[in-house]
Amino acid sequence: MIYMDHNATTPVRPEVLEALLPYYREHFGNPSSIHWAGRAVKGAVDAAREQVAALVNCDPSEVVFTSCGSEADNMALKGVAAAQRDRGNHIITTRVEHPAVLNTCLYLENQGYEITLLDVDREGMLDPAALEAAITPRTILVSVMHANNETGVLSPVGTIGEIAARYKVYFHCDAVQAAGKVPIDFKGNQLTLLALSGHKLGAPKGVGALIARKGAKLHPLIHGGSQERNRRAGTENVAGIVAFGKACELAMQEMASESARIAELRDRLEQGIMSRIPDVRINGHREERLPNTLNISFAGVEADSLLLSLDLEGIAVSSGSACSSGALKTSPVLAAMGIDPVLARGSLRFSLGWGNSATEVDRVLQVLPGIVERLRKSGEK
Amino acid sequence: MVRDNKKKRVVIAMSGGVDSSVAALLLRDEGYDVIGLSMQIWDYSTFVAKEGEKFGTCCSLDDIYDARRVAEQIGIPFYVVNFEEEFRRHVIDDFVDEYFRGRTPNPCVRCNQRLKFELLLAKARDLGAEYIATGHYARIERESDGLLHLLKGADPGKDQSYFLFTLTQEQLAHTLFPLGGMTKPEVREIAARNKLRVAEKSESQEICFVPDDDYVRFLEEERGQGRLSGDIVDKSGRKLGRHDGTYRYTIGQRRGLGISHPEPLYVTGIDAERNEVIVGTKQELYTSGLTASEVNWITPPAGETVEASCKIRYRHSPVPCTVTILHGNRVEVRFDSPEKSVTPGQAVVFYRGDEVLGGGWIDKAGTGDQGPGTGEMR
Repeated sequence: MIYMDHNATTPVRPEVLEALLPYYREHFGNPSSIHWAGRAVKGAVDAAREQVAALVNCDPSEVVFTSCGSEADNMALKGVAAAQRDRGNHIITTRVEHPAVLNTCLYLENQGYEITLLDVDREGMLDPAALEAAITPRTILVSVMHANNETGVLSPVGTIGEIAARYKVYFHCDAVQAAGKVPIDFKGNQLTLLALSGHKLGAPKGVGALIARKGAKLHPLIHGGSQERNRRAGTENVAGIVAFGKACELAMQEMASESARIAELRDRLEQGIMSRIPDVRINGHREERLPNTLNISFAGVEADSLLLSLDLEGIAVSSGSACSSGALKTSPVLAAMGIDPVLARGSLRFSLGWGNSATEVDRVLQVLPGIVERLRKSGEK
Repeated sequence: MVRDNKKKRVVIAMSGGVDSSVAALLLRDEGYDVIGLSMQIWDYSTFVAKEGEKFGTCCSLDDIYDARRVAEQIGIPFYVVNFEEEFRRHVIDDFVDEYFRGRTPNPCVRCNQRLKFELLLAKARDLGAEYIATGHYARIERESDGLLHLLKGADPGKDQSYFLFTLTQEQLAHTLFPLGGMTKPEVREIAARNKLRVAEKSESQEICFVPDDDYVRFLEEERGQGRLSGDIVDKSGRKLGRHDGTYRYTIGQRRGLGISHPEPLYVTGIDAERNEVIVGTKQELYTSGLTASEVNWITPPAGETVEASCKIRYRHSPVPCTVTILHGNRVEVRFDSPEKSVTPGQAVVFYRGDEVLGGGWIDKAGTGDQGPGTGEMR
């Protein structure tokens, strides 16, 4: 079995699993408790907070643990919208955001907020000048992803941070895909809010974080007890948080070497496909891109046939986005980039991770050309 | 008999119902390399959210869930393929167009013809499968003439061969109907014995995309209200009343005419061009034959005329007839004795005993010498 869908989720790293298990066994306490059982876990949550903060260069007090990346995005958008209503009702985002941001913006639009959706160019790049031009005195929030989940294309986060700071507008960055793959600089890039997810970097599902700058005005999404400095109520997912912290620590330690290794594998895959299969197109900017992601269109092929055929060979990749039934639909991200819909229908996303090897890349390169050729032949009939 | 099914790959079209679930199970037990596919034919995110209710239809989100769970239970890979656009184009649009042309369509045959045995079969071939299989109650047999013959299902109450008349030799060669030799109670028994979660599931309803069976509302949501309203007339053209749209009426319909008349009146014809619904007595529902087009012969007919029996709707006992082959894939069918409620838009399917010879789409009631405009119908 070959897993090349790390942008969907990653396997839990063994060190992470080791770190979390005691918190499902002897360390069962509630971190809010004063007694020994509570104290035994309170420290672990604080340590994890510091590990997460270190990965993204923020203060540990700015880390708010959530249940997932989508919750963090929802909290950022709805929380700021509610808290800043008297200042304005305008939110700027892009057409290529993850549904956690886009559909939350749609919801807010139905609630009376004004949403500006910025276009990207054919390589998936955002023009910061267009963003600056869209800012009005009523603008309360700019929300731009750090890296795109489908193409891996990176946003000019530093430049957007400068613009947002100049206009004194909050800047939320969905860094769910970027964290652990490229450096993130919360302070240096003048971010107000930043969304993270544990399971994209080797922690289990069910934990994420919103980094919220000290003093940032936003309402909680979940009201209740005073956990997370009153930003997010609910008893902490201690084991998940510990795991998330450990995964961030590992990512921090290994990022430089691991990114280079994975980029090399990705390039081997990319060049291998280009040299073996005609009529393919790489989607997204070739340089400004996550080191692990390859989004590629195969002309004359339906992505679902390709994906299913690879799955039957034990190779896990993905394509576009899935409906609630599990069926595939054409990618709105590729559509926003102006990719010909016929070509977009034949697009696959390979996203590599720490478990992948050159042998696996070569196995894919051995199998894929035959499948594409077979599908192209059957499509001609 | 041991068949060499090892590693022969087959794609089973799974609807989440008991029939296709048992079919999948039988294929697995016969040693095939089975892959389950369900067709997504609606954008459920908008459909379900808008209506906010659960639909008991073929291929709803709940049914796809059931299909997936059955596939997990019996240990076969399962995928959902997105045929929203294709279903819209080949089935729904055709369904709506036909009603607005004054005809009564049969979307299930269209879905079999255009989706299951074309697109889904192509998808199966893409996945390296030799066969597509469905839970239809029908049989395929290769006979001494070297041709594949399509036969009725063994369960007379469930026989679904009527819906399969469009199949070609090429399609039949790549099709399996594992339930063809079984009865529905046997299928339910197998499902229960194997503890399939859908063993007790009720039958799917008539038209899967009209969940409440209110097809008039569906048509009006598609094309708007108040179109094609006009007069209700008798065969001589005398106006008897008004109607709110020809698409609301089907040949043979008695209720909903709103006309008081000494004799019971039935819809005997629909003239969509003149927006007229034509009514008459029960006697006037009977015609001597019909003409049909887009005819498919599963095995080539021996001569210019074929003695057969035919079904003019799914729930119809075959009646003896003579089929005369016309040019352009058309036929004229003459019943041995007049038949009631011939309905344009429905399929006429020709049988000889248990065998499906072929079929076509009904264009007109009546035969050349006694057709519409010659006194029998207007």
